[in-house]
Amino acid sequence: MEYEHVDGKDKGKIVLYALSTCVWCRRTKKLLGELGVAYDFVFIDQKSSEEKELYKDEIRKHNPRCSYPTLVLNDERCIVGYQDEEIREALS
Amino acid sequence: MTDITEEEIESTFQRLTADAKRSGYNLNPDEEFTKELVESLLINGKRYGYWACPCRLADEVKEEDLDLICPCDYRDVDVEEFGACYCALYVDKEIASGEKEAKPIPDRRPEREERAQFKASSGKGVVQTELAYPVWRCRVCGYLCAREEPPGICPVCKAGKERFDRFM
Ligand code: SF4
Repeated sequence: MEYEHVDGKDKGKIVLYALSTCVWCRRTKKLLGELGVAYDFVFIDQKSSEEKELYKDEIRKHNPRCSYPTLVLNDERCIVGYQDEEIREALS
Repeated sequence: MTDITEEEIESTFQRLTADAKRSGYNLNPDEEFTKELVESLLINGKRYGYWACPCRLADEVKEEDLDLICPCDYRDVDVEEFGACYCALYVDKEIASGEKEAKPIPDRRPEREERAQFKASSGKGVVQTELAYPVWRCRVCGYLCAREEPPGICPVCKAGKERFDRFM
């Protein structure tokens, strides 16, 4: 599995699972950019069918409903959806 | 990343706005947000052949994705309960008039297994009475009509024929 990396402040491991067409996912990405944190992301819809399943298995560990955006912080905290305040509070 | 033109986005946006108004729906008044979604729908139209919901992961098999072709089967209940559909393309009056803002909402689409069960059971409880015509129901907006076959597209919400169930 491959993730794209965005440079920024080190706030621990941050992984964003997103869809390229989802406007809430884009807002979440924009917010991470605004907060200036380093993170990895992947646009699942742009992956092949086999790869999609691998990423989905990964997402399900944190968010059983497998919805987007799913933001995983340090492999333990998971924020589902574009939760502006919650994300700010977790990463500030 | 896309080869969707400004003109395509604009004309689709105008068409959706007019359709929505005519049938009593409202698009999100945030034009920039709405046009981003329109572009996403056009992208999905090109890559999958149908307008799969931009904020959900499509299966890329139309049969499996029927419930999330925009407008999806969940739009009306979500607008009713939360004031907006999952993507916030369609909103209620309060959001449309700017009194409230659209917020992200939980996805009510059932998991694949639940969907399969639902599909298997739908139409089963139908009481067959002596009707001159069968009655068909649009799964998206609930429109009912009595005729031999469902209409090619729903006159209210523009959903395709394949999204009708036998109701009576
Ligand atoms: S009605 Fe809203 S939630 Fe449903 S497919 Fe269209 S944009 Fe997505």
